[in-house]
Amino acid sequence: MSAAEIGTQYATFVVEDLFFGIDVLRVQEVLRYQEMTRVPLSPVVAEGLINLRGQIVTALDMRRRLGLAPRSAGRLPMNLVVRAEEGPVSLLVDEIGDVLQLDAADFEPAPDNVTAAARELIRGVYKLKNRLLLVLDPDRTLEVNEFLETRTPGSN
Amino acid sequence: MRGGNGANPAVQANRGIFRHPTGKSIIADRLYVQEQDVLREFLIESNENLNRLDSEIIELEQRPQDKQLLASVFRTIHTIKGTCGFLGFPVLERIAHQAENLLSLLRSGERQLTGRLVALILECLDAIRKILVSIEATGKEGPDEHQELVERLAAAVKSPVEEPPAAKPADTPPAEAEKGSAASESAIRVDVGLLDKLMNLVGELVLARNQVLQFTTQKEDAALNATAQRLNLITTELQENVMKTRMQPIGVVWNKLPRLVRDTSQSCGKLVRLEMDGSDTELDKTIIEAIKDPLTHLVRNCCDHGIETPEDRARAGKPAHGTLSLKAYHEGGQVNIEVADDGGGVDVARVKAKAIEKGLIRPEQAERMGEHEALNLMFLPGFSTAAKVTRVSGRGVGLDVVRCNIERIGGTVDVSSSLGKGTVIRLKIPLTLAIIPGLVVVSGGERFLIPQASLLELIRIEGESSSRIERVHGTPVYRRRGRLLPVAFLNQILGLETMAERDVVNIVVLQAEDRQFGLVVDGIKDTQEIVVKPLGKQLKGLTVYAGATIMGDGRVALILDVLGIGQRSGVLTDHEAQNRAETQAAAAAGAEHQRMLLFRAGSLARMAVPLSLVARLEEFPQAVVERAGGHHVVQYRGGILTMVSLASVLEPEAPDQAVTRDPVQAIVFVDGNRSLGIMVDQILDIVEESVNIRQSSQRPGLLGSAVVGKHVTDFLDVRAVIRAAAPEWLEGGAARRETVVLLAEPSPFLRGLLRGELEMAGHRVVEAATPEEALRLLEGLGAGVVLASDDLTPGGCGGLQEAMRKNASLAGVPVVPLGRSAEGAGRGGESMLASIQRLVKAVAEPEIFVEAAPVEGRQ
Repeated sequence: MSAAEIGTQYATFVVEDLFFGIDVLRVQEVLRYQEMTRVPLSPVVAEGLINLRGQIVTALDMRRRLGLAPRSAGRLPMNLVVRAEEGPVSLLVDEIGDVLQLDAADFEPAPDNVTAAARELIRGVYKLKNRLLLVLDPDRTLEVNEFLETRTPGSN
Repeated sequence: MRGGNGANPAVQANRGIFRHPTGKSIIADRLYVQEQDVLREFLIESNENLNRLDSEIIELEQRPQDKQLLASVFRTIHTIKGTCGFLGFPVLERIAHQAENLLSLLRSGERQLTGRLVALILECLDAIRKILVSIEATGKEGPDEHQELVERLAAAVKSPVEEPPAAKPADTPPAEAEKGSAASESAIRVDVGLLDKLMNLVGELVLARNQVLQFTTQKEDAALNATAQRLNLITTELQENVMKTRMQPIGVVWNKLPRLVRDTSQSCGKLVRLEMDGSDTELDKTIIEAIKDPLTHLVRNCCDHGIETPEDRARAGKPAHGTLSLKAYHEGGQVNIEVADDGGGVDVARVKAKAIEKGLIRPEQAERMGEHEALNLMFLPGFSTAAKVTRVSGRGVGLDVVRCNIERIGGTVDVSSSLGKGTVIRLKIPLTLAIIPGLVVVSGGERFLIPQASLLELIRIEGESSSRIERVHGTPVYRRRGRLLPVAFLNQILGLETMAERDVVNIVVLQAEDRQFGLVVDGIKDTQEIVVKPLGKQLKGLTVYAGATIMGDGRVALILDVLGIGQRSGVLTDHEAQNRAETQAAAAAGAEHQRMLLFRAGSLARMAVPLSLVARLEEFPQAVVERAGGHHVVQYRGGILTMVSLASVLEPEAPDQAVTRDPVQAIVFVDGNRSLGIMVDQILDIVEESVNIRQSSQRPGLLGSAVVGKHVTDFLDVRAVIRAAAPEWLEGGAARRETVVLLAEPSPFLRGLLRGELEMAGHRVVEAATPEEALRLLEGLGAGVVLASDDLTPGGCGGLQEAMRKNASLAGVPVVPLGRSAEGAGRGGESMLASIQRLVKAVAEPEIFVEAAPVEGRQ
């Protein structure tokens, strides 16, 4: 059986009111909120560094990455640790959902009504019964070089 | 093993399997694996042997009579030959066999070693190397049978070619004691990958140890503490030893250089002697690997560009043999490597011209560029000054790669050169990249680590001390032992919350490249062994961090990149480096130091005025500059500041740009409660250095010129400028009691400086450079007071005083001692300005001062 026949499994998560899925094979683990070390002068997307059992992992805030409003104070994000070529990276998300196995027949390219920042990171959409699942492209998500907004002196 | 062409049928068969692994037969598989292991061993060993042979043969060329050396060379060739035969590499064996035959004739004394024979043997080594490369890549010897070489070898064995024996260079250094010949039996070969893994594990262990130690400080458990302490000690020792296993002497790389130098210099038609010092200096294996290519390139570059041809050297009065010296030594947790030649040096002007021609810099940039900065242009990509492209170098690739490779491993490259005398390239390389000692500092509530290799000292300033951080032209500086240290605030650089003004200021004095600066942090904690972990690619662009590490409490802390921090804060400019180097040189020479303000006005690109005369530097928005009474004026500190444009005084006919600039830059001079602003085009810098050359100027408004920061700099005659531009400003001073002052001081610079200040105070000044001159002038002068320096020869101030006492007419003239110029600034924390003001005051009231003088304990 090939991957196409069984459909792909997606780890799901929520950022604001958006429901995302990411290829489960790219997910290393899911962690509750971890204490972070801020990196002054870094792109604002990079929320900080966490210690993942002796490994130093950069945490990227998905709200910032998608150009959404910041998380309300007191609401702690979850870490979705994603495998990448040069080591794991953590995505800070609002909530973690279930792992879903989805049927390729329900897949469609990204519609126009998602925000520009989000559309760029989305491979497509699965039409679920009661909501839409946006398929996140992990590699594009980790590419933050074009985000020039940095923590300049005085801004934090 | 000797003779034949190694056609052992069993081995041949195995080789067949090795060459064509079928993967179908288990036996064949096993044989294949075994054979591959043997082959790998053979390749490693042979390569090592070849490298040793290279240097041994060159050595042999210098000392053809050394029997032991010859025996060692012979043994090595014999080993290679034997193994080839065993493994069935006929071409390889044939070459080695002939080389061995040749060497055996040398050994038995039947033949003498000649330059041609050396070349022939080296050619053999190259051929063997080529074949080994082919074996490594394909398992085969390759198509080239090197027939011609083998024949030449055979011919050389049979018929001695008439040639004088290799000349023994007279200046060969005495032979080093022979190293232990074969690898000792107590050593085993370990895969480097395994050592890397061990190193990583030790890194993890160090982190875990740090965490355990942190944990135990919170517990009052004697047994736990004792165990933790033992864990601590063992970890440290383990770390040191694992690190040692990865250490290799730099000689591993240097071994190849004698051959390289020989070949390169011969092909360039040059005579080069190689000197190596410190070849047993050890470095981590990864670093050895990383510096191999850069070092090779530098050496080649020295032979090709650095050292001149024997004819040129003869013309320059140098010995025909150029010297290329390599030096390696440990210093401050780093390894310094120097590649020095006694060649022609680098022509800075040519470097600049070339850089402009290649479009690397703009002409106006070149003009402003210091020598040190210009020399570093050679490290830019696409730069090459070689007039012609030679076989070895000159294609414009190389030096930039050198710098790139060195910087990648956290090292630095610096070049200094003196035209006609030679060039020195200095590499500073860290010992290891994995675990480094670091200092923990706190700023804005966050912890940061500073690699200790860059740390010079820690300064803590408490209370309302006068020696706090000051500002010169907006740049914060700290007076460290009388010298100005540029200072940066970590909070500001990183945009962290700034703490409220506090009584304590912590300065971490850092060194990046060859420059120093102070970094102000909120707090300094302890030192720690840190394991440097790289930052993720999202953060790679941040040059201010060298990486991150995990602290004892399990949290992540950032490691600062000292160079990046310095550059970001702007404290590292080339001027600083240059001035520092020069001040150091001057300090060594015991010369006098002056702090000077450098600026630009009109066509005079570089002018200076002693900083002690300057009260303040100001910038005014163009809008606030008004005209009143034929002058530019500015409302300033509740009064009116008269502004004079320097360019309009010095060059009345030229267009004046200083006035129309926005903001207007001005140097403010203060006398009593009056101020005068002199507008200039641009404030350039403040430097501290000795002024050595002095040439008096014909031009009004200038005292003369001197070399400051390696540039000819014009010294402003402040008084003359004021006299010309705002005579009424001086009239006030003239109304005061005028005293005739005899200024006896050998240094024209100090004289000029004091004269200006004294004249501004309304005195008339007569200068004398020697005691005789002073006495002669005093005779008819009726001087009111004498200012005399201890630098006067002979006799100093005391001597002059003595002489004056003998003359009835001079006995009553008060003498104010100037002290020694070297201690003029910064004596007892006194600034130059304060010291001059004190002297000027002393001239006004010499009686009081002369009384006080002995108490100060002057020499």
